[in-house]
Amino acid sequence: MPLPSYALGVMEASVYAPEVLARGLPSALPPAQPSEGRAGLAAQAAPLLSLQGIGLSFGGVVALADIDLSVLSGEIRAIIGPNGAGKSSLINVISGVYRPDRGHVLLDGIRHAHVPTQRLAHLGVARTFQNLALFKGLSVLDNVASGLAFKVRSNFAGQVLGIGRSRGEQRDTLSRADQILEFLDLSPVRDRLVGTLPYGLQKRVELARALVAEPRLLLLDEPMAGMTASEKGEMAGFVRAARDRFATTVVLIEHDVGVVMGLSDRIAVLDYGRKIADATPDEVRNDQRVIDAYLGVASDNEDGAGI
Amino acid sequence: MIADFDYQFFIEVLVGGLLSGVMYSLVAIGFVLIYKTSGVLNFAQGALLLFAALTFVSLVERGIPFALALVVTFAIMVAIGIAIERTVLRPLTNKPPITLFMATLGLSYIIEGAAQLIWGTQVHGLDLGIEDVPLEIGGVLISQFDIFAAVVAAGMVLLLSLFFRYTRIGLSFRAVADDQFAALAVGLRLPLIWATVWAAAGLVALVAGLLWGARLGVQFSLSLVVLKALPVLVLGGFDSILGAIVGGLLIGASEKLAEVYIGDYFGGGIESWFAYVVALVFLLIRPSGLFGQKLVERI
Amino acid sequence: MTAISSDFSSAPVLPKWTAPVLLLAFAYGVVPLIGSSYLFEAILLPFLALSLAGVGLNILTGYAGQVSLGSAAFMAAGAFAAYNFNLRVEGLPLIGSIVLAGLVAAAIGIVFGLPSLRLKGFYLAVSTLAAQFFVQWALTKFSWFSNDSASGVIDAPRLSIAGYALDGAVGRYLFALTIVAVLTFLAYRLVSSQTGRNFIAIRDNETAARIIGIPVLKTKLLAFAISSFIIGVAGVIWAFAYLRTVEPDGFDLDRSFQILFIIIIGGLASIRGAFFGAALIVVFPLALSRLGGFLLGDLFDSGVLDMSQRIVLGALIILFLILEPDGLVALWDRIRRRLLFAWRST
Repeated sequence: MPLPSYALGVMEASVYAPEVLARGLPSALPPAQPSEGRAGLAAQAAPLLSLQGIGLSFGGVVALADIDLSVLSGEIRAIIGPNGAGKSSLINVISGVYRPDRGHVLLDGIRHAHVPTQRLAHLGVARTFQNLALFKGLSVLDNVASGLAFKVRSNFAGQVLGIGRSRGEQRDTLSRADQILEFLDLSPVRDRLVGTLPYGLQKRVELARALVAEPRLLLLDEPMAGMTASEKGEMAGFVRAARDRFATTVVLIEHDVGVVMGLSDRIAVLDYGRKIADATPDEVRNDQRVIDAYLGVASDNEDGAGI
Repeated sequence: MIADFDYQFFIEVLVGGLLSGVMYSLVAIGFVLIYKTSGVLNFAQGALLLFAALTFVSLVERGIPFALALVVTFAIMVAIGIAIERTVLRPLTNKPPITLFMATLGLSYIIEGAAQLIWGTQVHGLDLGIEDVPLEIGGVLISQFDIFAAVVAAGMVLLLSLFFRYTRIGLSFRAVADDQFAALAVGLRLPLIWATVWAAAGLVALVAGLLWGARLGVQFSLSLVVLKALPVLVLGGFDSILGAIVGGLLIGASEKLAEVYIGDYFGGGIESWFAYVVALVFLLIRPSGLFGQKLVERI
Repeated sequence: MTAISSDFSSAPVLPKWTAPVLLLAFAYGVVPLIGSSYLFEAILLPFLALSLAGVGLNILTGYAGQVSLGSAAFMAAGAFAAYNFNLRVEGLPLIGSIVLAGLVAAAIGIVFGLPSLRLKGFYLAVSTLAAQFFVQWALTKFSWFSNDSASGVIDAPRLSIAGYALDGAVGRYLFALTIVAVLTFLAYRLVSSQTGRNFIAIRDNETAARIIGIPVLKTKLLAFAISSFIIGVAGVIWAFAYLRTVEPDGFDLDRSFQILFIIIIGGLASIRGAFFGAALIVVFPLALSRLGGFLLGDLFDSGVLDMSQRIVLGALIILFLILEPDGLVALWDRIRRRLLFAWRST
């Protein structure tokens, strides 16, 4: 594939390191064809998630202005944008951490002015966090198992005495957690305290904790931030594999545009709290407004650090 | 019922409550100073207060003139403050705030023990030369001592505000309180600022210790006035001097009024917990406190 | 570093229940035969009561991360509730009184745990003082709680289970030991269950816990309830088996701090830690008084002892926080590993 000469292409080239190409992870697929096909197909279905006219400001500072976004079932949807563009705020609105000042979130056809965080897991939504939000005092296995806590119906007395449905539940929880650990190549660190793992692995444990609930919608807040190029490639592979295996719809925020191009079906671009583009990777790549918004950031990113 | 209501008595109780609230504020301000710069809820503030009062009284009883005793005690308090900063807080930098809190709990045990080991456990009287004859102002009887205490406390607050507004080190303090990392980045000397703040907290402890000591007698239970200051802090916020003042007044007034007007229904003695209940009920209605801002959760 | 320490596990190890079972066998089979009455009255009984209180507070503070400065209030609630159930309910067996007393303490714990739903950190810690002062005040004020005795003093009833009297020092020791052993075992099961994982999750990251669907409010109140139940029962042991005569003032703020110190020194979020901490808290004043008497003779009177106790205790807290934040348990584990290593390499 010939390298395009503008900034986004440069980043892409740096992200897809040779070893990633060799392992057949996302960049091995020419990004344009499958994503167009999928987007075209999914366009007929009703969206799993849609945001309508979302506005949010903090003490006069506008974080999000009139954002519309629709996410189709089964697609990998990226939201990109420079620092401070409002990406994290958007994820926080979708997961109910913030209550938008205006607009609403349609989740599976149900309209929420404020998504109920406490019921998020029951609604089939799971998320990861920009800055790791693992439970440091728990092992890797227990962290992942906690992703199923919302399904637990036995009470503490049953669990303490080991009676009633608690035994079966415990067995079931652990075996499902183990399957996810296996799936994400985390079994070797299963019993380690999560705080003792290197950063890249902790990011993956977070993905495991979100995935174990087999959510229909998975929100990933900068899943590759701070990773090396090869770790990013690996993570992209896991995200794609998770979508394929669990039929999960993925919304992900990412700083590193190159990774996103290869991974996503459709991309929304935010800048200063506004959506300036929303299209397939190829169209976004050629969008003059996106290139303008990104030019400054691109030169910082040439080493692939994706800060 | 309403017709019988004795307004004059009500005002007397109210004013008495407000004035004793000033005394609570004074203790609370000592907490706020430390909390704003180092994020520590310094439980040892009460013990420091006891130590200051006990040291001062013991010096005076040994024939040292009032003014000199004041200066010597102040110097000792500054030394203790700096020692605490060096030996306890600095090794615990970057630990969770609650760990620092527990350390100050340990500290209060050490200071209380040391104060009484050095100066003995007997109760000392402390006479500041204020006659405790009630004054009559507009038909309302007010304790002269309470007025004196309120004036001293007000002077203290004024002094501290001037210091933090107009001196270089005071301005640095405000910078540190706003953002420790930024302050460090622009080259403010944190150790110097911390030392100053501890010295200021020592001064507040000294003044509060003398006023409380004159009222209650200088003895072990003096360190328990910290328990009066805590609900004030919960109400006013741990980081607001204004909150400490207004909180103190509110707690002082409501406590006295409650004691007089509804205390009998509870069989009296409710002042041990009433302030906490006031603070809690208030916080349940308004979680960010009197002057606190609503925090945005960042994840 | 972690890689090195994990190498030790490659050798065959004894099952993890070995040590507790051996300890229990020793405590039941050997101690009653060799112990003096001083050992039971001055050391083992307060040790058992405080250990159990430490286990209870550790569930709330160590595992669920909610700092409480009001533990003594729940001990008092347990002690006085058991006294009243025993006094006023005809034919209620002793165990029934104790369980009901625990439930009363748990209910009070839930009430005073309500602020935890809105408050965090220092604000919560301070608000738990409300429990401390309110309960102590109520027990002193309303003489009904102490059956109209002077200044709220209560005398423990005769201890007997199934008609078998347990009034001697050994009997009370076995009584306390059994309750502590059972509740500790249940507490251990709890902290390794899903509920225990939820406690830790809320402690480590409340926002994340809420978002992954852990019922945060319910779990916090549950932590308050369970913790208060255990501390309440510890209060019953304190009043019925150890002191036999207690008054509300015996459950003051210093007692609350003492229990907090036990878990800091012993090790936060460790069931074993409560026992280590309690052992130190009980033994060290006795040792200090012996040592002081030996070194200073008559100069070392009770006042001086009291003050030097405070100083040493305060210094211990600070030293542990700075040098060994994970407490005696961590220290013990490290020493044991070293010994094991030395033993293996010979």
